[in-house]
Amino acid sequence: MSATTATDVGQDEALEGGKPERVPRSKGRILINALLLALCLFWLVPVIGLLISSFRPRDDVLSTGWWTVFANPLEFTQRVTIENYVEVLEAGMGPAIINSFVIAVPSTVIPILAAAFAAYAFSWMRFPGREVLFIVVIMLLVVPLQVAFVPLLRMFVGMGIQGTFLSIWLAHATFGMPLAVYLLRNYIGSLPREVIESAKVDGASHFQVFWRLILPLSVPALAAFVIFQFLWTWNDFLVATIFLRPRPLTVELVQLVSAFGAEWHLLMAGAFVTMVVPLIVFFTMQRFFVRGMTAGSVKG
Amino acid sequence: MQTLLFGFGAIVAGVGGIVVLYWVLNKVVEQLPAKWEERLKPYVFIGPPLLLLGVFLLWPAVRTVYLSFFDARAANFVALDNYVRMFTTPRYVESLVNSLIWILIVPALSVALGLFVAVLSDRLKATAEKLVKSIIFMPMAIALVAAGTTFLFIYAWAPPGADQYGMLNAIWTGLGGEPQRWLSIDAARINTILLTLVLVWMQAGFAMVLLSAAIKNVPEDTLEAARVDGATEVQIFFRVVVPQIATTIMVLLTTITIFVLKTFDVVWVTTGGRFGTEFLPVTFFRELVVVRDQGMAATVIVVILVATIPIMVYNVKQYRKQEAMA
Repeated sequence: MSATTATDVGQDEALEGGKPERVPRSKGRILINALLLALCLFWLVPVIGLLISSFRPRDDVLSTGWWTVFANPLEFTQRVTIENYVEVLEAGMGPAIINSFVIAVPSTVIPILAAAFAAYAFSWMRFPGREVLFIVVIMLLVVPLQVAFVPLLRMFVGMGIQGTFLSIWLAHATFGMPLAVYLLRNYIGSLPREVIESAKVDGASHFQVFWRLILPLSVPALAAFVIFQFLWTWNDFLVATIFLRPRPLTVELVQLVSAFGAEWHLLMAGAFVTMVVPLIVFFTMQRFFVRGMTAGSVKG
Repeated sequence: MQTLLFGFGAIVAGVGGIVVLYWVLNKVVEQLPAKWEERLKPYVFIGPPLLLLGVFLLWPAVRTVYLSFFDARAANFVALDNYVRMFTTPRYVESLVNSLIWILIVPALSVALGLFVAVLSDRLKATAEKLVKSIIFMPMAIALVAAGTTFLFIYAWAPPGADQYGMLNAIWTGLGGEPQRWLSIDAARINTILLTLVLVWMQAGFAMVLLSAAIKNVPEDTLEAARVDGATEVQIFFRVVVPQIATTIMVLLTTITIFVLKTFDVVWVTTGGRFGTEFLPVTFFRELVVVRDQGMAATVIVVILVATIPIMVYNVKQYRKQEAMA
């Protein structure tokens, strides 16, 4: 990820140095701005529509389009209601919020340390099989997780943990592992050799180097993975619906959709409830998120 | 409250457990003669993650291939029956065809849009660029089922004459059309195409972020040289910039293809695979959860797995090339 840090610097340079020359004449610029504005609106509209509808009473949602509120903003503000939210939270989404946290937090925290140890070994230790094992990790990176489901179900049933949180933590920890090892190896492998070597000269063992040096230095990469994995496990529907009995938000939402087909006021509120936490994480941690993604693939 | 405590306990146990595990293993190895210590230590470090991957992913994957030759209850060997069914039953063939539509539309369109935004927003002022990018990127954070629900509302239908609260029908009737039940129209695969757009909406931001970083990494002097030679901006883009970001484009096309092939959430929450919208990941889920045919579920996922093998090979080659350069 030293490549990424370089990118960040490059970004600032591109913004200040290279830019003025590349900006075309005003006509072109207006066209560009208009195109981007249109695209942004296009991207925002689904979420805006959802948000507005989630605060409108049922009859309003079903009688006029949500965009009509812009014509009568006063009427909308008078009729705004949180009743939809109360209803979906009482219909099961309240406890589901807790379940979502109980899935996502351990599923994120548990694999990360193990992945960091492995990434360190892959980067800074020499051992037979290193190359082959890492290639296996790279191959697993693209394997669709469903490939494990049928035998895994039987295995979990056999172990007596099918349907429990333990089974979903194990599943998520495993499915997230290839990406974690890969991302962290890219980062840890790009740390300066001298730092690690000088620590070894001072008599530090691998274990000490890892704890005192590698982990603190890797915070940006660890943060990137934490965000990825948290969003992934929070937003997951597939693994939760198959391996877990308690319902997280995503599963509740799908239940809601099948139970109340056209009760849009409820569906929109329900959908927004599932989005709140990811959106907060996204907007506060965007920087790390972007870094993590670029670290994974923009390398040379 | 109980689950909350339980979850908290899991974090403590999980993290604590791993710390203790590594500490103990490390201590044990340190007691060995120095030569053995050096030899074994790497395996201590990579052991736990590889154990997880082996037990819960790799071994089950092998079992899945094996199970694809068995019947619904995984009891009787049926040789290639499942595969024959897969490629001859209209329902499964339709699923295969739809999958093709998904992997043709989503990666290409996401990358094209991402490239478009990355290039154009690069010319904006810094704050405006950031804002545009955040907006395009935002859907990535949302759950697929939530995005599906959102678009379900956009594609919603009200009887003719009533006010169309679904946005697509509002526009459509505004243009003089009759209100349509969009997601039931499988003529020309209109419903599948409308559903692929949900994924494009979510993935274009991902493409944009990577492409933007790649474009900013293109050395300024290569652009300068082209400008001095009198190349237009368009020529520079296609002849100088695109070749230098080709690797990133490939990475994106492959990553998004893989993502498409395992993502069933959007279709599941919108149509449930009805009206001819079923595609492979949906078929897998239906076979596993609804039909409860383990052999067929295994077969479907093996077909997906086989489709990803070229990408796997490509990734390994890329990795080798990178390592050779480093």
